[in-house]
Amino acid sequence: MVVNMFEPEIETMPVKELRELQLERLKATVRYCYENVPFYRKKFKEAQLRPEDIRSLEDLAKIPFTVKDDLRDHYPYGILAKPLKEVVRFHSSSGTTGIPTVVGYTRKDISTWARLMARGLATAGVTGDDIVQVAYGYGLFTGGLGFHYGCEELGAATIPAGGGITPTKRQIQILKDMHSTVLCCTPSYALYLAEEARKEGVDPERDFSLRIGIFGAEPWSEATRKKIERALNLRAHDVYGLSEIWGPGVGMECEEREGLHVWSDHFIMEVIDPESGEVLEPGEKGELVFTTLTREAMPLLRYRSRDISVVDEEPCACGRTHPRMLRVLGRSDDMLIIRGVNVFPSQVEHVLMRIPGIGDNYQIIVDRDILDVLRVKVEVTPEVFSDRLAELEALRRRVEEELAAVLNVGAKVELVEPGTIPRTPGKAQRVVDLRKGKI
Amino acid sequence: MVVEQVSVFVENKPGRLSKVTKILGEAGINIRALSIAELGEFGVIRLIVDKPHEAKAVLTNSGFTVGVNRVLAIEMGDEPGSLARIASALGDAGVNIDYAYAFVARAKERAVLIARVDDIKRAEEVLSREGIRLLSAEELQSL
Repeated sequence: MVVNMFEPEIETMPVKELRELQLERLKATVRYCYENVPFYRKKFKEAQLRPEDIRSLEDLAKIPFTVKDDLRDHYPYGILAKPLKEVVRFHSSSGTTGIPTVVGYTRKDISTWARLMARGLATAGVTGDDIVQVAYGYGLFTGGLGFHYGCEELGAATIPAGGGITPTKRQIQILKDMHSTVLCCTPSYALYLAEEARKEGVDPERDFSLRIGIFGAEPWSEATRKKIERALNLRAHDVYGLSEIWGPGVGMECEEREGLHVWSDHFIMEVIDPESGEVLEPGEKGELVFTTLTREAMPLLRYRSRDISVVDEEPCACGRTHPRMLRVLGRSDDMLIIRGVNVFPSQVEHVLMRIPGIGDNYQIIVDRDILDVLRVKVEVTPEVFSDRLAELEALRRRVEEELAAVLNVGAKVELVEPGTIPRTPGKAQRVVDLRKGKI
Repeated sequence: MVVEQVSVFVENKPGRLSKVTKILGEAGINIRALSIAELGEFGVIRLIVDKPHEAKAVLTNSGFTVGVNRVLAIEMGDEPGSLARIASALGDAGVNIDYAYAFVARAKERAVLIARVDDIKRAEEVLSREGIRLLSAEELQSL
């Protein structure tokens, strides 16, 4: 099999050479940050660290972490390493706290990002012959433009069908009439598209020409992958990115689909214990931390992603030498503590997806009576519906039992009518925490 | 002889029955009999209507989860002991009634028991042996 690569030389570079390249770039990045970003100079001084103290990749652990609050504290321009006149674009993400984070890009950053995305797209099997429908949001969110530039760099025919702006009916029409071969959007929107298409009497297998889907920007499971692949008749790949570091393009699943390659020539990836901050070994579950090696406007040192995953450094069958992160298991921010037990919404999704006939849509509600109460709302589809209450109750109990077994904490399952749980083209509102403000 | 019953999944909260019946009313579908069963936060509305498949279509289009299944419409006299006679005939034959609901027809001295049983064939045999009549969908509508 010929592996589709955009930059084969760098993608298959021996690990030793990649490490040498990383060290060389790390040293330069550290000095660059120290000299150009007052925030970093202050951080180094507080840690009694000088740029020349970073002599090996292991020395990276000496550098203090950068966290999202650091970006907010320096809102909007305080963390830029380049003067504003060299910045050609900004993206911004709004946080739940109200203060957004702003990310700047120089001309070179934009072209590096486009190449990174092109490399990622090729890794997922996309070629210059493809027609790519980008249904991520275009705008302040990095998804749409990130994919767009990458697709053009690769030479694919790019359709900027921005999600949230282009109505779903129109998306379906484009998929049908323009024979899009690649679809890029959030996994929940992919399922929604499939559902809406069927409602309109469109059969994705017959009427669409899709072969590859690239889905990200929200956590999803292996079971969801199967569901999307069946519903849209394509091969689904996971993509990873952070708006603080370019956006999409940090990691992409290759044909093997056993983790997402994270590009060592652009990033150093570490895994840490989210509580202690201690660096963990490959194979251990923890929070991903990224250091950028090629960014101009906003280099970041040891940026805490809040994403929980596992790093695999074993060689990949595709021939790429860059390490892989497993699909994101959850966000350390999303982690719910229910009666002292850590629960990730992705675990709930995983359980629901393996029970046949349970709707794609679910909602987790956390409340507090005297103790924390975890409620999971599940939609009843015709597939599981029965006119006998006993059968419905047995289904409800089964979901409760399977959830309890996986979560190690009891959940109360509620069967609800289809369409009761809101569906959105963007990130789905899966968790409602009503405990806030309650003692 | 069986008739088709429409069942609808509903959350146990105000306004659901009104919504279901309003949709049916607007579609010109006539309800002959109805029962509501609830268990905690959810329930099932079961309906005998003149056009079961149309009812399913309009309710599904409005977002409800709907099923159509086969039940027996058993004729009984509107007099003491007639339900007991049916119940014991089925019970003695080992046929289980999953659920049932009854209504009195406009024509006097006649009532109908709608029953879902676990063995339709056996129930039909037993009832016919006892001389108890089952009603067809057309007969139900003309009562």
